[in-house]
Amino acid sequence: MPATWIFLFVLALAVIGYVLGRRKAMASAGGDGRLMHSLPSYYGYNAALFVLVPALLVLGAWLVAQPMVIERSVQHMIPETAYETSGELSLIMSDVHRVASGLETAVTTGQITAPQLEAMQAGSTDVRGLLGSVGVAVGSDVDAVTLEAAKSYRARNATADTLRNIVVGLLALAGMALAVLRTDKDYRARNSVEKVVLALLILAASLAVLTTLGIVFSLLANTIQFFKLYPWTDFFFGTTWAPSFGGGSELGILPLFWGTFYISLIALAVAVPIGLFAAVYLSEYAPKSVRSFAKPLLEVLAGIPTIVYGLFALLTVGPMLLTAFGPDSVGWMSGGTAVMTAGLVMGIMLIPFVSSLSDDIINAVPQSMRDGSYGLGATKSETVKQVILPAALPGIVGAVLLAASRAIGETMIVVLGAGAAARLSMNPFEAMTTVTAKIVSQLTGDADFASPEALVAFALGMTLFVITLALNVFALWIVRKYREQYD
Amino acid sequence: MTDASLSGPDSTPLPQGKTSLLAQDSRTKRRNAAEKRFRFYGMAAVGVGVLFLVVLLVAIVRNGTPAFTQTFIELPVQLSQEKLDPDQTGDPEVIKKTSTFGYNGMIDQALLDLMAAHGLDSPFDKGADLRKMISASVPAQVRDYAIAHPDQIGQTVVFKVLASSRVDGYEKGRVTREALARDKNLDAEHLDLVDQMRDAGILKRSFNLDFILGTDASESRPEQAGIGASMVGSFFMMLVVLFLSLPIGVAASIYLEEFAPKNWITDVIEVNISNLAAVPSIVFGILGLAVFIQFAELPQSAPLVGGLVLTLMTLPTIIISTRASLKAVPPSIRDAALGVGASKMQSVFHHVLPLAMPGILTGTILGLAQALGETAPLLLIGMVGYIASNFPDGIAAGFLDPNSAMPAQIYEWAKRADPAYYERAWGGIIILLVFLLTMNFIAIILRRRFERRW
Repeated sequence: MPATWIFLFVLALAVIGYVLGRRKAMASAGGDGRLMHSLPSYYGYNAALFVLVPALLVLGAWLVAQPMVIERSVQHMIPETAYETSGELSLIMSDVHRVASGLETAVTTGQITAPQLEAMQAGSTDVRGLLGSVGVAVGSDVDAVTLEAAKSYRARNATADTLRNIVVGLLALAGMALAVLRTDKDYRARNSVEKVVLALLILAASLAVLTTLGIVFSLLANTIQFFKLYPWTDFFFGTTWAPSFGGGSELGILPLFWGTFYISLIALAVAVPIGLFAAVYLSEYAPKSVRSFAKPLLEVLAGIPTIVYGLFALLTVGPMLLTAFGPDSVGWMSGGTAVMTAGLVMGIMLIPFVSSLSDDIINAVPQSMRDGSYGLGATKSETVKQVILPAALPGIVGAVLLAASRAIGETMIVVLGAGAAARLSMNPFEAMTTVTAKIVSQLTGDADFASPEALVAFALGMTLFVITLALNVFALWIVRKYREQYD
Repeated sequence: MTDASLSGPDSTPLPQGKTSLLAQDSRTKRRNAAEKRFRFYGMAAVGVGVLFLVVLLVAIVRNGTPAFTQTFIELPVQLSQEKLDPDQTGDPEVIKKTSTFGYNGMIDQALLDLMAAHGLDSPFDKGADLRKMISASVPAQVRDYAIAHPDQIGQTVVFKVLASSRVDGYEKGRVTREALARDKNLDAEHLDLVDQMRDAGILKRSFNLDFILGTDASESRPEQAGIGASMVGSFFMMLVVLFLSLPIGVAASIYLEEFAPKNWITDVIEVNISNLAAVPSIVFGILGLAVFIQFAELPQSAPLVGGLVLTLMTLPTIIISTRASLKAVPPSIRDAALGVGASKMQSVFHHVLPLAMPGILTGTILGLAQALGETAPLLLIGMVGYIASNFPDGIAAGFLDPNSAMPAQIYEWAKRADPAYYERAWGGIIILLVFLLTMNFIAIILRRRFERRW
């Protein structure tokens, strides 16, 4: 009986519990709702929650734990002489899983009976043929160890499944019995239901923390693994990036850092002036009609998926720059993918980011400061340059830092627009690559997670995570500190 | 505003002689010019931003619209009796014995007959040379028809077959005669023939529904590729995102906004959420790879895993917008509910939440739109590189079988060498943007219709 059925059983019990709980409470009050502590439905919900919560918690924990426990105990059955590395062991175990699932199918479809299976020997029966007939293809003949392990795996799983169903079913029944027995008109059903609901709300809120922990642990564990295989000094201070899956790779992060930095710099050089001037114009100069029309238009740029910008860089901006700076004219550029291509397009993407954040900050500068400046005879542009911008400066710096962290973490534009060669060069028309682009190239495909070439991606991810996090925290701190001044 | 009143010993010396309010002195002129310049810079910045948007949209529409039409050739093929079903059994099993390769002869003959019937001046004597002009998918198309209609065997059936991608490119102005000089797939003579066929009315460009509803094809047949299967993948992913992120996000927001005590734990959660919203999306991809695929051993490339990763990514966005709409419900509503005897929980679930629902839904739709266009995390969990040539059969398969997603499919096409795929990628972007526009439009309507000012 698979887990779905016991789940449905628990759900059905919960519904029964609802009906029983509600009815018993009503009966104890003699059908008069005014005598009861809570509304009638709360007694029902209370009983249902008593059924659901413990039973489902145990079911969930069991589903996670059972494969691990059985996996470990079956692994002990395989003699240590049969394998040398953990990789070989996992190969044997995956064989065991396949054979076990094949045997299970054979029994359920009636090809063999359970006693026949118990008596099966690796040498005497054609296990491979039997498995083939139920649609499980095995590469070589099944040896005795694997067959025994598979038989035990199947048997233990079956026992554990039965045990699980009994435990969960009993728990659900006991929960229902307890709840219904305790129910009478004076029972504080609402309080008990609300406690459970509050616990669920807290659980949902802590998921965000769990996600962060998940990110940190998954990055950290693999990064440590990587630094065991590859010295960290070479990683942080190496100036060549030359991974080769055959071994002997040089994995220095500096060229990737340089590419990331260079592209972000160009992107900010495009986005900050345009974004800032646009924000000043829209908040100080533009008539209402222009503002209500231009602001949403600029913000459309922020809603466009990055894959679109990537394609735009690869197929439109790259060739355009190539005709302007390529071998046919000045000869600075040899291919469409370059730092300039990715930087320009990323700059376009960041314009609304800078402009809408700066717009908010400029609008937060109190009107009295403008009035004071005008009263002294300053023109509008003098007011903006000498009063508003200095007052808004911390906020604007925060906005630029947020934009920078966006630029550093951006992936699709650089994957498609910046090229793949890791270089330390000053020429913005050359192809370079970034941290994010290399994470993608090291982790796509069937990489072996034990090799430094794949694990390096986690170290890169960790570096990226730390940098963007630091930038964000710093930027938010600046913005918050600034806001306190005028509130 | 003039500087006349500023004439004093400390200020810059003014022009000698009389000053007048009507005549501007040079300093005022300079300041006014600076003012005009500054204003112009601002206008130019807004103009440049809008110009970028226009260029981007024009590039998308101009490069993408050709993907929605395709060149077809009307080809009468005689389904040879002795080749397919010599004993006249009419049994599909017998017909299935002929592989797609076995149909090539029939198609070659059909092409030669077509040339002869329309009196076209063909430089090719062999059908195999003519076959370069039609898609490699044609034999399979004819075979599928023959298996589905055994009674038609021995008859001549008119098929609307796809022209090869080079011919299609010529019709769309992408392929020129000069470019074909180095191309072994098609010769310039073929193009002369294409001109004649177009004049004879047997080669036509028409709307290609298969691009929207069809499945992806292998690298060598861009003319056959469609985005339909990856659309289904995206749909299942969005289902996962919707059904996980909406309840979890709303529950988390309710706790943080209505129940959380002011202490350091709550602060940690709040700072955490605002920082998670700014973590690069690729990091979520790494998380998904490590937790869902490496640790939990969920299947690679499955929409379920993609949905889980995107859920984690959109949760902070949804929580932030939900909290804003909960905050917008005035405290008097809560006080009134508490005053008539409701518990705190009842006041929230019976009164505050329904009033905040339009705002929450708007935020959720915008979060979903963001998730729909996200590509980077999908690269890491293997939703690229997979050729989505089949539709999933059934709902469980939709969640668990390998599939692609719309943005991942577009990336996949952009990476392929054949320029015909670039056109597909642009076309795919049009479809993706149509979805995003629709979602944003729904969000705006919801906001307009149900937004309440207190």
